[in-house]
Amino acid sequence: MTTTLETQSTTDLKEVAQDVVRRAMQGGTTAAECVVREGDEFSTVVRLGQVETLKESGSKAIGVRVFFGKRAASTYSSDFSAAGIDRMLTSALELAKITSEDPFAGLPEPGSFGSLAGNLDLYHEDVYSLPGSERIDYARRAEKAALDSDPRLKNSDGGSFDAATGRKILANSQGFVGEYRRSYCSVAAVPIAQDEQGNMQRDYWYSVARTLSKLESPEQVGKEAARRTIRRLGARKVKTAQVPVVLDPLVAASIIEHIFEGVNGDSVYRGASFLAGKLGQKIAGDNVTVIDDGTMIGGFGTAPFDGEGIPTRRTVVVENGVLRSYLLNTYTAKKLGLQTTANASRGLAGTPGIGLGNYFLQPGPRTPQQIIGDIKEGLYVTEFLGHGANLVTGDYSRGASGLWIVNGELAYPVEEITVAGNLKDMFFNVSEIGSDLEFRGSVASPTIRLDGLTVGGE
Amino acid sequence: MAPAPIPFRIQGHLTTVTVKTDRFFFEHYGLTNQDLETYLAAALSAGGDYADLYFEYLTSTSLMVDESMVKSASQGISAGCGIRVLSGERTGYAYTDDLSQERILHAARTAALIASAPAKTPVTGFQQKPARSLYPVQLPSVDAEITAKVELLMRSDQAARAFDPRIKEVRASYADELRNILVIGSDGTFAEDSQPLARMNVSCIAKTDSTSGRGTSGGGGRVALDFFFGEKTPEYFAKESARQAVLQLDAREAPAGDMEVVLGPGWPGVLLHEAVGHGLEADFNRKKTSAFAGLIGKRVASEKCTVVDNGTMPWRRGSLNVDDEGQPTQETVLIENGILKGYLSDKLSSKLMGLADTGNGRRESYEHIPMPRMTNTYMLAGQDDPRDIIRSVKHGIYAVNFGGGQVDITNGKFVFSASEAYMIENGEITAPIKGATLIGNGPDVLTRVSMVGNDLKLDEGVGTCGKDGQAVPVGVGIPTIKVDRLTVGGTARKDPGGFMQ
Repeated sequence: MTTTLETQSTTDLKEVAQDVVRRAMQGGTTAAECVVREGDEFSTVVRLGQVETLKESGSKAIGVRVFFGKRAASTYSSDFSAAGIDRMLTSALELAKITSEDPFAGLPEPGSFGSLAGNLDLYHEDVYSLPGSERIDYARRAEKAALDSDPRLKNSDGGSFDAATGRKILANSQGFVGEYRRSYCSVAAVPIAQDEQGNMQRDYWYSVARTLSKLESPEQVGKEAARRTIRRLGARKVKTAQVPVVLDPLVAASIIEHIFEGVNGDSVYRGASFLAGKLGQKIAGDNVTVIDDGTMIGGFGTAPFDGEGIPTRRTVVVENGVLRSYLLNTYTAKKLGLQTTANASRGLAGTPGIGLGNYFLQPGPRTPQQIIGDIKEGLYVTEFLGHGANLVTGDYSRGASGLWIVNGELAYPVEEITVAGNLKDMFFNVSEIGSDLEFRGSVASPTIRLDGLTVGGE
Repeated sequence: MAPAPIPFRIQGHLTTVTVKTDRFFFEHYGLTNQDLETYLAAALSAGGDYADLYFEYLTSTSLMVDESMVKSASQGISAGCGIRVLSGERTGYAYTDDLSQERILHAARTAALIASAPAKTPVTGFQQKPARSLYPVQLPSVDAEITAKVELLMRSDQAARAFDPRIKEVRASYADELRNILVIGSDGTFAEDSQPLARMNVSCIAKTDSTSGRGTSGGGGRVALDFFFGEKTPEYFAKESARQAVLQLDAREAPAGDMEVVLGPGWPGVLLHEAVGHGLEADFNRKKTSAFAGLIGKRVASEKCTVVDNGTMPWRRGSLNVDDEGQPTQETVLIENGILKGYLSDKLSSKLMGLADTGNGRRESYEHIPMPRMTNTYMLAGQDDPRDIIRSVKHGIYAVNFGGGQVDITNGKFVFSASEAYMIENGEITAPIKGATLIGNGPDVLTRVSMVGNDLKLDEGVGTCGKDGQAVPVGVGIPTIKVDRLTVGGTARKDPGGFMQ
């Protein structure tokens, strides 16, 4: 499938970025920063054995952030023509006139910029190495393996295969110019099961990697998707109860991510989180250690430098329950009288936010089977529905599906229930942490057990 | 310094006129009809049943005020063309942000790879269908003075802080855009539209020594800047946001378990969006992956419920003159007196299912494949007095504000999260309770709607719907209703006649 678009070489785009910075400074700015993003993507969905969609394209965009002393503004464009870039620069210079003087605004200090040395193993050309028909075949094979697993799997939302590469360039008036490329591929299956009464259930499984060689086989993915879907059949509601709740790894990751939401610089300086001001204090049980690491080789959250051009690092966020570090960018660090932790995230527009590297809860000693085995009656959550976390108050309430635990076994599927509590207590009540840490994305957690939650049902 | 307020209509009459061709892309990019025919022919060069070209030019602005300062201001332009080829049930898609002939042809040939048959000839000559003019804004807000927008946010900051000394943090934001589109189809479809969109939002945090609360309020629509100097002022949103934050300071734990739930009018219409809206999108029903598949003609709600999706409401965030496939929008009755009547379709669904195209084919941008999406989804007003509805509840909750929701359309389970709610005890509204997620089952929850108020309201213009990784602006609405049983995700035991904390 001849679909490679010619793209401007890295050198060209680096020059474009540096040129934009130069021209901004000539226009009277005291500091300037330019980001260029370029990427391409391929995706296909095969449903019931037939190709349903086939999509392929590339794109690029450019953004500039300018400072007039302590005033800042930003503009972006998808138009790389001379006129387009002119317009983008002119708008930025104009826009900066209406923003306020913010004493904390500005680029990071000179000397703080840099890019991690060595090969971070983020880019592999092989994600596009398969001929088109074979890419489609990955999707077809994943779905087939799922549907062949059980006669109750007669329908499907398809098998899919995706591949993408991206390039990011950052240049600023402090002389920093950096760039890196990343690649990505994934295969997934979403089968649908139906019971004798005609009730349907859907679940999914997927594998994601930076290189085709590390992708799980479509058959493995399909079979696991089938297993997860079949075990939902016959789901029932349960009575309201206070029981131990075990979260499967993907679900547990969302709880751990709430810690990030609560300790990122933006939430902290505004007091918009119940964890604000708790640096050095115990915020979780002794068994809880949470790390953010932007340097892990090949990691999904890895980058050589953050959104402001500062080399990424490994930060211990929570150590044995004690909050050791917030996650910051330059602005929020200044607000708090601290140093940046190189967690700046830079979109095309606006001021840099705060993002995660590879963020995870350190595993514990017990297997998920042992954790479940201890429970006389409880809930094993396989999916949360909705976003019910209030970081200001800690209140937590979400819809859930999963399996009811009876005498240490996963006994029957349950649905249409809720799980509620308060995050202030929850992190102290992580009574068990599993050994099954695995990265299927940039945020990861092992299986965990939480006590003190209320399951809402009949 | 505010511009003189210009009166504007909230609910005007529909105007059906032949839209004057804007010719935006023709003038801006030197596009010609000849070009369009060439691109379509390239798209159908390997066969296929249908091809379309979707041109988009999007200008946007956003501002943020925090700590009473304008901390962030940004503007941008994004433009491109997406090309789609349909062949049976298959869709080929490619896009380009470079609108040169060479790149568009490359995209067309890439999309064409979905088919493998002799070339098809597109219909010659384009025909523009008569369409509405639902948002005839004289001066699009993207072109309005930015200082006026800054003023809106500074006013809301002041008003929120003045509301109560316990308000400690205020963050106000404003965003607007103007989206010009051109849709060309191989069946002769020709549609142009210029779509303004604006919204502002105020978020507050209230604190005492022992407790804290948050509130958020916002609104807008396909309106000009003068909307925010009229009835829906910055002060209106600021006070509402601050009020919610302060209320949350005293909120008690919400009960857990099945109860009677009364929903207030307006944004609680998220219930409909999640419980039935997504489940009635035609693509899910064609594939039989929706819990509503095969239920046309069956009872899915009480007799008091009539639910519609209406893309033709003037000035509304969820409205469109034409959908993103060039089809004029309409009002579609989804549920009539409790009986399921129809689905929301796009071109592909209507062709494959033999249904009329309801004009619900939408896409997030030129980079995305269109699919059936909602516009403004609401329940028609009923006969009941909202005060009687409250009085009829012995022990339940009254929820008036929500965050968002989510649904699994296959098993039908949906959630929506209440952000402002109260206990109802013996027919009276009593204590405010903490936010809790409500969960139910789409195909039957509306059968338990026993009372429908006469006070239909639509939301203020803040809804964004996500499906398959694509976000589009939408509206929701509902009158006060009583649902006899819904599961409330609180933490307190519910005891009839009172509740424990």
